[in-house]
Amino acid sequence: MKGSTVTKAPRQRLFTNARIIDPDQNLDIHGDLLVTRGRIEAIGKSLPRDNLKKSCKIIDCKGLVLAPGLVDARVFIGEPGGEHRETIKSASRAAASGGVTSMVMMPDTDPVIDNAALVEFVRQTAREKSRVRILPSAALSKGQRGQEMTEIGLLNDAGAVAFTDGRKTVDSAQMMRRALTYAGDFGALIMAATRDASLGGGVMNAGLNATRMGLPGIPREAEIIPLERDMRLVAMTRGRYHASTISTSDSVDVISRARDSKLDVSAGIAVANLALNDNDIGSYRTFFRVSPPLRSEDDRQAMIDGVRSGKIDMICSNHDPHDVDTKRLPFAEAADGAIGLESLLAASLRLYHTDDVPLIRILHCLSTAPAKRLGLKSGTLAIGAPADMILMDPDMPWILKEEELRSRSRNTAFEGARFQGRVLKTIVEGRTVFSRDG
Amino acid sequence: MTQSSSTSASAELNAPAFRPAPFNLRHLLGIEGISTADITTLLDRADEMVAISRQVEKKRPTLSGRTLINLFFENSTRTQSSFEIAGHRLGMDVINMAVQTSSVKKGETLLDTAVTLNAMQPDLLVVRHNAAGAVELLSQKMSCPVINAGDGAHEHPTQALLDALTIRRTKGRINGLKVAICGDIAHSRVARSNIHLLNAMGAQVRVIAPSTLLPGPIEDLGVTAYRSMEEGLPGCDVVMMLRIQSERMSGDFIPSSREYYRFFGLSAERVALAKPDAIVMHPGPMNRGVEIASNIADGVQSVIAEQVEMGVAVRMAVMEALHKPVGEGAGS
Repeated sequence: MKGSTVTKAPRQRLFTNARIIDPDQNLDIHGDLLVTRGRIEAIGKSLPRDNLKKSCKIIDCKGLVLAPGLVDARVFIGEPGGEHRETIKSASRAAASGGVTSMVMMPDTDPVIDNAALVEFVRQTAREKSRVRILPSAALSKGQRGQEMTEIGLLNDAGAVAFTDGRKTVDSAQMMRRALTYAGDFGALIMAATRDASLGGGVMNAGLNATRMGLPGIPREAEIIPLERDMRLVAMTRGRYHASTISTSDSVDVISRARDSKLDVSAGIAVANLALNDNDIGSYRTFFRVSPPLRSEDDRQAMIDGVRSGKIDMICSNHDPHDVDTKRLPFAEAADGAIGLESLLAASLRLYHTDDVPLIRILHCLSTAPAKRLGLKSGTLAIGAPADMILMDPDMPWILKEEELRSRSRNTAFEGARFQGRVLKTIVEGRTVFSRDG
Repeated sequence: MTQSSSTSASAELNAPAFRPAPFNLRHLLGIEGISTADITTLLDRADEMVAISRQVEKKRPTLSGRTLINLFFENSTRTQSSFEIAGHRLGMDVINMAVQTSSVKKGETLLDTAVTLNAMQPDLLVVRHNAAGAVELLSQKMSCPVINAGDGAHEHPTQALLDALTIRRTKGRINGLKVAICGDIAHSRVARSNIHLLNAMGAQVRVIAPSTLLPGPIEDLGVTAYRSMEEGLPGCDVVMMLRIQSERMSGDFIPSSREYYRFFGLSAERVALAKPDAIVMHPGPMNRGVEIASNIADGVQSVIAEQVEMGVAVRMAVMEALHKPVGEGAGS
């Protein structure tokens, strides 16, 4: 655990000389930010120092960026049932070093998180072992089998922030319709994967590369068709719906049209689909086998447009740890998924460094938008909000090295990648949970 | 190196005017990316191997004392025998290992198998596997050259080489010929390797198949796609048939084998659409009456038996080319 320490939260801390970016208030100023008892007390160009407590710690941010901590809406963790891939503790360490202060844990565990006791287990384990906030989501259908809905009301009361069948797309339109209708009564958010099981039975994006490599392709329609179906069902039921990870330009249009019709829908994208395309698979490199699959460069550009224009709401890591048993296999036999908590910010910042998306917009997609959608108080630097923040250098160059990863799994699509922008401090409720030396 | 510099001038004078580029590939995993010069080198050497194979005394000591392992995750009597005979003719000790994919799935992963085999110090490994990319994955763990004997729907490089040799020997050239590849293009590694090789050698490649067996972007590989034999065959110098797996004809890609034969089977009438001196090829094993009529398979235009003969020669040439001369070591 080099380079990170947990300190007791001082009652008061003043961050000075910071470039404060808060997408929630559309703020990008040079100034100070005062945190008292884990909450943001004041923010301004130059805060008066006379009323500070004696014990107040003053931190010189040296002009670097102070922003709301990242909120990651899609993180798979192996606990319970797959602790060899990732535990809540190891995921929290990875998250803290990546600037993620809150993450939604997907219910795709063994057993599946589909009852209130398991939600309580996650919350309890997180309280004991995690430095960052872990928000459990619950299965939408019992056992994620797509047949009968879970106890949405009880799970909601137990603290599930959203309902999802995780990696699986709900096949039955009737089940999806009922779940949207019933969840609507509780104001619960449904997060859905959209990949038709039969049409999307391939292993990589359908296209020239798949043809050349002799691999079965996943056509773009495998995503668009279930997404269009779900939009119809949302219109029918008036439920709250979030498409977890879209990957094609047509999906952006589908979401955009639904929003124009005043449906309560939002869309996220995995950062891999913004930073990579299907050429990156190279010679059958399974760490690039993800779901949704890496698409063509045309689609990648369309997704970047979607992030810039606001049609895509949020960026997630789609963190999905796997070990060699499921990854060091022939491409068609390997599992989908790559880890991403530690590269989420840096990979997203590529869009800023290529002048495609403004920095404040990227931070909005990474913090404010997911926080708002999930009903969290974080994702903002507004006065009174919890001090969940990152201090980062948006330009610092670094290379991702496999051996330096904190995640328990090594299946990153960014091994050896050259990045610009790194987290220096991660702060959760005023407490520094991660600090990079030097 | 320094020692030879004084003699290099005279050595250059004595050298033949044209020397083929040295063959520098470590493995033969696919045709894609191999230079035209390397392909020509292999075909030229294979020509010589044909002559050797036709002698009474066929065995050469070229690779004697070396060990060849044939590792087949898919059953294939003919390809495996072809590699085995080629290995024996070069003087190698040949071990055949047939691995049932099911037993591999139970425990040992492909990479475990690779590590185990590598510890046995083979000098050449021939691998067939049902998953695309599996042979390349395995080659990463091997310190000896690896020959891909077919990986999923990806590549089958020695098949393409033997097809090219057959074409070159019957037609005298490959450049400028019109070659039609007919059948299950979508799932065929033979088609992919042949497309790469024939394009590299300057042939004009057509693919003919029903749309369900023709991947959309196939034309981007440098071929012209046709949806009927009647449109695609006229003017062709070579008609290359592909084997169609019976499981594809149960309704998911093709309604039935008799419907397939009606529209895509190679009958005498369809052969007549191609050039009068066109040759008919098939990688085998054939489904007579499904993709090819019996009288065509055995007819005068068929070079199917010759393809099998060329297979041994091409594999001898590949083994010899991949093998480092004594003293250089395989682990470098």
